[in-house]
Amino acid sequence: MIELIVHILLLAGLVISACMVWYMDDLISAAIAFGAFSFLLSLEFLMLQAPDVAIAEAGIGAGLTTAIFVIAIRGTDKDGGCV
Amino acid sequence: MNMSSLVRSGGANIMMPFILVYGFYIVVHGHLTPPGGGFQGGAVIATAVVLLMVAYSRAEVRASVSKNVLKNSETLGLLLFIGTALLALTAGLAFFGNWLLDAGTLFGTPVAFGINPPGDINTGGIIPVLNIAVGIEVLGAMGILLLAMLGGMKGDAE
Repeated sequence: MIELIVHILLLAGLVISACMVWYMDDLISAAIAFGAFSFLLSLEFLMLQAPDVAIAEAGIGAGLTTAIFVIAIRGTDKDGGCV
Repeated sequence: MNMSSLVRSGGANIMMPFILVYGFYIVVHGHLTPPGGGFQGGAVIATAVVLLMVAYSRAEVRASVSKNVLKNSETLGLLLFIGTALLALTAGLAFFGNWLLDAGTLFGTPVAFGINPPGDINTGGIIPVLNIAVGIEVLGAMGILLLAMLGGMKGDAE
């Protein structure tokens, strides 16, 4: 029962954070929302008893991809040119 | 040095050894525990490089993380991987044959068939060696990826 509640909370958080990525106007905020999406997805993988995939998702998705996005956003302006 | 960079670098200095120890634990225990293996551990170690880039300015990152060291570590990991596989041919086994298994030397403690109590790290033959090779390779590849992204910027990463 408690497992079902955690599943429902995690999936609701996944849907909300995915909608936030689309909704945000600021690119940095969208990148941070994508990092939160990856973190919730790794928790969901852990709940589904795949800790191998969960730690890869936490390392790659929440750590490295967010950092690469933030570095790329800081290196460009709104029209896509170099700063 | 202003206050906010002092807080950032101090927090990074405290967090860094824990991230490194956790990453090396995942790499070395890859054949024993479920969340293990070279790729995952290498990715966790590479997040330490991310933390370094978040906390310090670009010149300090350039001074402490060398592109040549990361490039050489990627080459070293790949050579260790393929060299371990090729050494099986000299032992009379097939390519990728487990020539260290049950040999009594490095990672060579014999294990009885069936279910064993977990936790003996000195088992597995060449599988831990391949895990360590993949960990070194992924660490170098991810670090050089991040350095290349940071190198494309003209201004400071502050």
